[in-house]
Amino acid sequence: MKLRTRLSIIAGALSVTAALTAPTFAADPIKIGLLEDISGDLAVLGKPKLNGSLLAVEEINKAGGIMGRQIELIHLDPQGDNARYQEFARRLTSKDKVDVLIGGITSASREAIRPIMNRTTIPYIYTNQYEGGVCDAGMISNGAVPEQQFSTMIPYMMEKFGKKVYVIAADYNFGQISAEWNRMIVKEQGGTVVGEEFIPLGVSQFAQTIQNIQKAKPDWILTINVGAAQDSFFEQAAAAKLNLPMGSSIKIMLGFEHKRFAPPALNRMQAVANWFEEIDTPEAEEFKKRWHAKFPNETYINDMGYNAYNAIYQYKMLVEGAKSTKLADLRKVIATGKACINAPEGEICIDPKSQHTSHRMRLIAVDEKHAVKVVKDYGVIQPYWLAKIGCDLTKKNDKKQYTPSDLPK
Amino acid sequence: MLYQFADVFAFLILSAAGLAIVFGMMGVINMAHGEFIMCGAYVTVGLVHAGFPLPLAQLCGTLAAGVIGVIVEMAIVRKFYTRPLDSLLATWGLSLVVTQGMLILVGSSVAGIGTPPGSFAVGDYTFSVYRLVLFAGALAALGFVYLIFMRTKFGVHARATMQNAKMARALGVPVGRVYALSFGIGAGLAGLCGALYAPTMTLIPTMGATFIVESFVTVVVGGSNVLLGTAPAGILLAAVRTSLNAWHGQIIGQIGMLIAVILIIRILPEGISGFLTRKQR
Repeated sequence: MKLRTRLSIIAGALSVTAALTAPTFAADPIKIGLLEDISGDLAVLGKPKLNGSLLAVEEINKAGGIMGRQIELIHLDPQGDNARYQEFARRLTSKDKVDVLIGGITSASREAIRPIMNRTTIPYIYTNQYEGGVCDAGMISNGAVPEQQFSTMIPYMMEKFGKKVYVIAADYNFGQISAEWNRMIVKEQGGTVVGEEFIPLGVSQFAQTIQNIQKAKPDWILTINVGAAQDSFFEQAAAAKLNLPMGSSIKIMLGFEHKRFAPPALNRMQAVANWFEEIDTPEAEEFKKRWHAKFPNETYINDMGYNAYNAIYQYKMLVEGAKSTKLADLRKVIATGKACINAPEGEICIDPKSQHTSHRMRLIAVDEKHAVKVVKDYGVIQPYWLAKIGCDLTKKNDKKQYTPSDLPK
Repeated sequence: MLYQFADVFAFLILSAAGLAIVFGMMGVINMAHGEFIMCGAYVTVGLVHAGFPLPLAQLCGTLAAGVIGVIVEMAIVRKFYTRPLDSLLATWGLSLVVTQGMLILVGSSVAGIGTPPGSFAVGDYTFSVYRLVLFAGALAALGFVYLIFMRTKFGVHARATMQNAKMARALGVPVGRVYALSFGIGAGLAGLCGALYAPTMTLIPTMGATFIVESFVTVVVGGSNVLLGTAPAGILLAAVRTSLNAWHGQIIGQIGMLIAVILIIRILPEGISGFLTRKQR
């Protein structure tokens, strides 16, 4: 027993020295750590994210890898459990020694692993649209943020349907902060929030909520409910003939509710998105063809899966620009303001001050047969809000998430 | 308000009816209860997609859950009657296996079938007729349980077996078959809950989990005599939840209901049925 322990210590010491002295051969793979739920309540959303990552890795490896190095993708399934996100993030950074960590679905999971990543010098890419505001030099965000989604959609909804809005939101940081954004924009536009209801995750019965909405008589509803259980709202509201216009930053392009529910449950839903499967530009068609060839059973290519795919190409662009995998070197490339790739939606660039990504945003609407059509094209929108309130990662690393009611001092 | 009450009541009773028999009467802490609900829902939706009319599909969903219940009883649960805590582990394991198995077999989500149309208006409010069907389903489930266990020979055998299995066997009751059938009826009622709620909900392998808290608290508050306790427990909890929901939204409703449960168990450790029986004496 004693001998074995000593031997293993020696072996361990040897391998550490080996790791320290071994030069990086061109053939060494680049390790990408990926944390996506493929089981649990959010598996519906996590599976396309894993598939998007697999597709990008396969394409890049076939084309010769990143600077001649192949990508090794290490995927772990945190099953929607934030404690597991933390455990696996620690494992990937300390044991597997990944070069970059990608993933996380809910804002709760992102905030759970961000402090862990902050103690390392490993870059972290978050690939979801979210409530915005994270000013952190260690994190790159490539999903859409409220100035791209809410600042476009809410004024449109108020102009088209009326100034009174009712909010149903999931009760955690995403829903709470998104509701705060809504309050700010609705006030700017001279409207009123006639009701706000925060719903615990996992709740599936909405009869009372529907009655509350009817009592408040809104012109439209902002639906930022999250998870499979809460999505039951649409079916129950349609059965009760609620039939109000709805707007959302996550429905359709993210949860493909229009494919999962029988029509007309999602009738009159609008959303603003950088990606949805119904985009029919030639680049998008080409991308969809490649995806469906590899994953013929995918119901819908959602924006999360699409972002996950882009994230790996963005990482490739950064590494090749920096000729290094070190976070500090990658950030020098971002600081030039030219960290762009040609994505299926068009060119997208990483903003140096906030490390968030510019997107071409479109407003889509669903009809009673659940067909999706583009109502408005906003063109490319920069993630401008963080810079506007004083976040400048090229000068200072705040490591903090700001909200409309919690601005930098 | 009455409609809201009926809606919450239906949800509590339908999710609890099956468990009332399996846990309340038989004493099996069935952690896989939610998966029987999921089974009923999936069979229903699958058959509707295959072209069956909804009511027939719901009947098949209920029966399928019941048959699987009988099989599960004979294969697994039977070995654990003397070890209630181990039955918790065994059924929990079963639940994990089934959830993950369904995720692998049929994928993370199944297309819904849509609620049968029909709505009615009261003043400014419009309501779905199907929610009243759910309420009727809850009453029917209670009536069915009462009839089976109080008015049939099987019911007498079942109650005798649950009270004293050895004595019942000595008197010629086929104890094994009674256990299997009772468990099957419990599972079938869970399947009925899934079948009835299937058109109104998102179908995912973990959907059973949304029912399980409500079902356990209703049964526990109801107490050991399920035939007496489940209905009043449903009424009481539904009243608490409905009024709090209306007052300040779903969060308060859920918190309030769970606090009410804690208070009730503290004051009436034997549940509502225990309280009622004591009063009768």
